[in-house]
Amino acid sequence: MALAALPPPRRLDGGHLIKDAALAALVALVLAIPLVGFQAVEVNAALTIRTRFDWMAIGVAAVFAGRLLLRVAQALRPVRTGEARARWLPTVDRRRSALLAWLGIAVAIALPFLPFSSRYVVDLATLTAIYVMLGWGLNVVVGLAGLLDLGYVAFYAVGAYSFALFAQWFHLSFWECLPIAGLLAASFGIALGFPVLRLRGDYLAIVTLGFGEIVRIILLNWVPVTNGPAGIGDIPRPSFFGLPFAARAPPGTTSFHDFFHLSFNPDHRVIFLYYAILALALAINLFTLRLRKLPIGRAWEALREDEVACRALGINPTTVKLSAFAIGAMIGGLAGPFFAAKQAFISPESFSFMESAMILAIVVLGGMGSQLGIVLAAVVLVGLQELRGFAEFRMLIFGAAMVGIMVWRPRGLLARREPSLRLHGERGSAA
Amino acid sequence: MGYFVQQLINGLTLGAIYGLIAIGYTMVYGIIGMINFAHGEIYMIGAFVALITFLVLGMWGVTYVPVALLIVLLSAMIFTAAYGWTVERVAYRPLRHSFRLAPLISAIGMSIFLQNYVQLLQGARVKALPPVVQGGFTLLQDSGFTVHVSYLQIFIVLLTTALMAGFTIVIGATPLGRAQRACEQDMTMAALLGINVDRTISATFVMGAALAAVAGVMVTLYYGVIDFFIGFLAGVKAFTAAVLGGIGSLPGAMLGGLLIGLIEAMWSAYFSVEYKDVSVFVILVLVLIFRPTGLLGRPDVEKV
Repeated sequence: MALAALPPPRRLDGGHLIKDAALAALVALVLAIPLVGFQAVEVNAALTIRTRFDWMAIGVAAVFAGRLLLRVAQALRPVRTGEARARWLPTVDRRRSALLAWLGIAVAIALPFLPFSSRYVVDLATLTAIYVMLGWGLNVVVGLAGLLDLGYVAFYAVGAYSFALFAQWFHLSFWECLPIAGLLAASFGIALGFPVLRLRGDYLAIVTLGFGEIVRIILLNWVPVTNGPAGIGDIPRPSFFGLPFAARAPPGTTSFHDFFHLSFNPDHRVIFLYYAILALALAINLFTLRLRKLPIGRAWEALREDEVACRALGINPTTVKLSAFAIGAMIGGLAGPFFAAKQAFISPESFSFMESAMILAIVVLGGMGSQLGIVLAAVVLVGLQELRGFAEFRMLIFGAAMVGIMVWRPRGLLARREPSLRLHGERGSAA
Repeated sequence: MGYFVQQLINGLTLGAIYGLIAIGYTMVYGIIGMINFAHGEIYMIGAFVALITFLVLGMWGVTYVPVALLIVLLSAMIFTAAYGWTVERVAYRPLRHSFRLAPLISAIGMSIFLQNYVQLLQGARVKALPPVVQGGFTLLQDSGFTVHVSYLQIFIVLLTTALMAGFTIVIGATPLGRAQRACEQDMTMAALLGINVDRTISATFVMGAALAAVAGVMVTLYYGVIDFFIGFLAGVKAFTAAVLGGIGSLPGAMLGGLLIGLIEAMWSAYFSVEYKDVSVFVILVLVLIFRPTGLLGRPDVEKV
């Protein structure tokens, strides 16, 4: 298994280490010459070359030093195997994670009333909650059922556009559109999943990738309905059980602040939307957690582990996968209207492949299958997105992190993966 | 008629390019059974290396086209192959015995990483290269429509044919090719018989990347505009070509590439340009539903 899998040398063999690091540096040099060393820049409408050998030298030196440090660390660390290795990874046990979850919920509920909170913070929290919901939805598909869906954003787009379009054409309210959006997205999931779920898992990834692109291309080009790249604006805001959030209520209705005898504050609407998505997300979480305990949820996880065995036990893989796919799609579809309502404007640009990649990154970084991990990952990733000067490197880091997680900690940062079902209570886990 | 022939020629050229990329997918799938999502990005890197080599050569005053072309091809193949090797080494090899989704997710991560890596280093703007190989001739003229064949199109088709021929020989008649075919059938057995499996897999990635680099050179010459995002669509289309031809089959990949190129050209010519990418995805889904083994592939037997 070549370099990486060789048992690390017990003693520090200086010459060997230097040689190894030099080799890595040589590879880095070859990689860096064309793309780092030279840059094609446009000067007076013609491409010319600018050299950046200083960058190249820094990069190669960094690789040399990094490789050397890594190998030294590997050589110095006692060899861990099996059990010891598992204990070394920080794990979160069930009680502590439950505590963490309740703490998180408490903070989320109190957030709009905390001293530092502002409209910006609540807006950001709403966005985070949308991503958490998308992450939980994709988690059903990827984490539980083990189906790699690379076009998840399509269902999100279906949800957002169905709300925008139904509101525009039929003047339906947000709350009437929400179930429609969920159902439509679920039907899309079934329509897409039915033909392709019978196939090997890898094909599904590329078909869903294609599907996501098709949805985006249609949204871009079907101008009479979707208004194309210009997008749809003036999306109506949700109302509080029929009470609109407006300074002056439309005739025949009472506005929210009048009904509760408050003074008008535009933040009410933002805070209400935040609570609405929070409530829905928590409901979805409960739904997923319950589903995992039902036969269907167990069938998902069993199918993820071994399809052939499942088939032998009489589980129909197609219908089981289809149910996971449809439920995941529905959750994505439910998140869509919230995004549309939050922005009051949507365009196909918001539903590109990069968005799918971001949701997948949340699920992968959170540890596939862990509800709590996904929340943490969503908070971190949305936070990173907001950091100024960092935005350009965002996707670069996500990509590298996805590779790194798979290589070092395939079960996510929290490294906790509990089977939903145990044979002999808690002790059974040792088996 | 003239219009149709012109589309046929354009489609063949495009198909040759897709076919070259598709070989990388099909070889990797054949040997380790995973979809190398980063392969589209490898092709994009090939295009960028080609562009930069052209510019460097221009700076150094190498302007004789055949020499410049040869150097560009070699440089693109070497540097891109290095990227292909590194991607396998860093992102896939450690995962060979991990769970089923791990290499796929790692590949997606690699693809996102490479896209943004190139975007950050070379800028997000579209790069336009002035035409290098110019000229052509008129093939036929009928009812006011001239069918034009450029020298570049001939070069692309000839080079693809030559590479395919060379490649068939490598796979069919060299020790490396035999090792690759052995690994494809049974990796453990091949290892027991003294084949260095890791090295064979690395060689597969290097070969696939080199061919993708040639496709990148061709695209840089043919369209003259590239950006960091071209790998995404080309990758999906080439993968569709590999599936259409029967994944795991080399002639299948080439045939699939040609068909996809032709379909895309005809669709753009007779239906709508906006939905030309949709046509490819529709084909992918239809093939997967009705003939998952592709045109020339063998049925996939699931081993326990």
